Amino acid sequence: MTDTRIDEKPTAEQIMAWLDTVPDPEIPVISLVDLGVIRGIEWQGDTLVVKITPTYSGCPATSIIGIDIETALRDRGIEKLRLEQQLAPAWTTDWMSEKGRAALEEYGIAPPQPAGGPKRCPHCGGEDLERLSQFGSTPCKAQWRCRDCLEPFDYFKCI
Amino acid sequence: MADVDKDKLVQFLLRMGDNTLILGHRVSEWCGHSPVLEEDIALANTALDLIGQTQMWLGYAAEVQDEGKSADDLAFLRDVWDFRNLLLVELPNGDFGRTLMRQFLFDAWASVMLGRLIRSSDERIAAIAAKAGKEVAYHVERSAGTVVGLGDGTEESHDRMQAALDYLWPYVGEMFESDETDAALAAAKIAPDPSSLRTDYDALVNKVLAEATLDIPAGKFGHKGGRTGRMHTEHLGHLLATMQYLPRAYPGAEW
Repeated sequence: MTDTRIDEKPTAEQIMAWLDTVPDPEIPVISLVDLGVIRGIEWQGDTLVVKITPTYSGCPATSIIGIDIETALRDRGIEKLRLEQQLAPAWTTDWMSEKGRAALEEYGIAPPQPAGGPKRCPHCGGEDLERLSQFGSTPCKAQWRCRDCLEPFDYFKCI
Repeated sequence: MADVDKDKLVQFLLRMGDNTLILGHRVSEWCGHSPVLEEDIALANTALDLIGQTQMWLGYAAEVQDEGKSADDLAFLRDVWDFRNLLLVELPNGDFGRTLMRQFLFDAWASVMLGRLIRSSDERIAAIAAKAGKEVAYHVERSAGTVVGLGDGTEESHDRMQAALDYLWPYVGEMFESDETDAALAAAKIAPDPSSLRTDYDALVNKVLAEATLDIPAGKFGHKGGRTGRMHTEHLGHLLATMQYLPRAYPGAEW
């Protein structure tokens, strides 16, 4: 059996690449890196400190995200690991990656827009849209409907 | 931590966290009972945000207190007399209209308060306010819109919203009461004096209620005693009996 432990500390870039393979627990088509919740990675001695910020303060996924990060990094051989919650600056959808936005739309969730509403229907691309509810199936989403194809869809709220 | 008497800072944090905890619990009582599915989801989401904010406020309160307690201990193992929430938030839900009127009256205050707390000399409070403020901006948009929709709706919905406002308005004044705790926090630039929020609050509330074709009651009488802990309504004990049952019956239980 080969020893999978690492002798040299992986770089922050390497760790971000690993975390980019960890899916968001509620919206598995985007990664935690895409979501913008990983706010910092640094080595303090031989301990890796990962700073994460919650999306919505009461989002139940926050604790799962912590567990998923720990699992992913331990699987890569990182044994000394500490997660720190970072509150400020508060999370914003501006931190969502372009890759993440495209993946959301492909999945059927309209990505956040600064204008405050979806740009187009993620199903048919129609632009005649109406809001059904300011809230949706998770704290980060609202319900909209396309008047062209008449399909309802989730919109990732812009905050 | 900012430069102020520790007990007074804890008092302030309990006042903030108990408001969101008790209102969050009240709103969660609607889960599965709302008039339509979208409203059920909206109320549950609002309750979730409020409970999340509670974890930040009571978590900080427990740290400052430094007695080895957690946010959960403060939420579940205190009795009525130790709660510091406004009386407004512990009132029973009533009908959907009254719940949304109460939400609007609270959201309007929270949006003004958090807007000031963003500039708190206490960095942790400023960070919590920035985080919670984003959520509250969303809450007040919805609750204001619903108050207008129902107030300026049918004769039935208008009458119910006016009745809700008549019932709840005497509980609004407590938000702007000041005591020596408030004076100490204001002097240390940690939190604004509550009375200084009234002008902004009235501007927002008057505008929305006028659009909702609702009349603010003329009477000056105000119920108070929640935020000082002097006297809660009979309703808080019943709420706590439900909310605290599990951790009290099964001490140390974990999810």
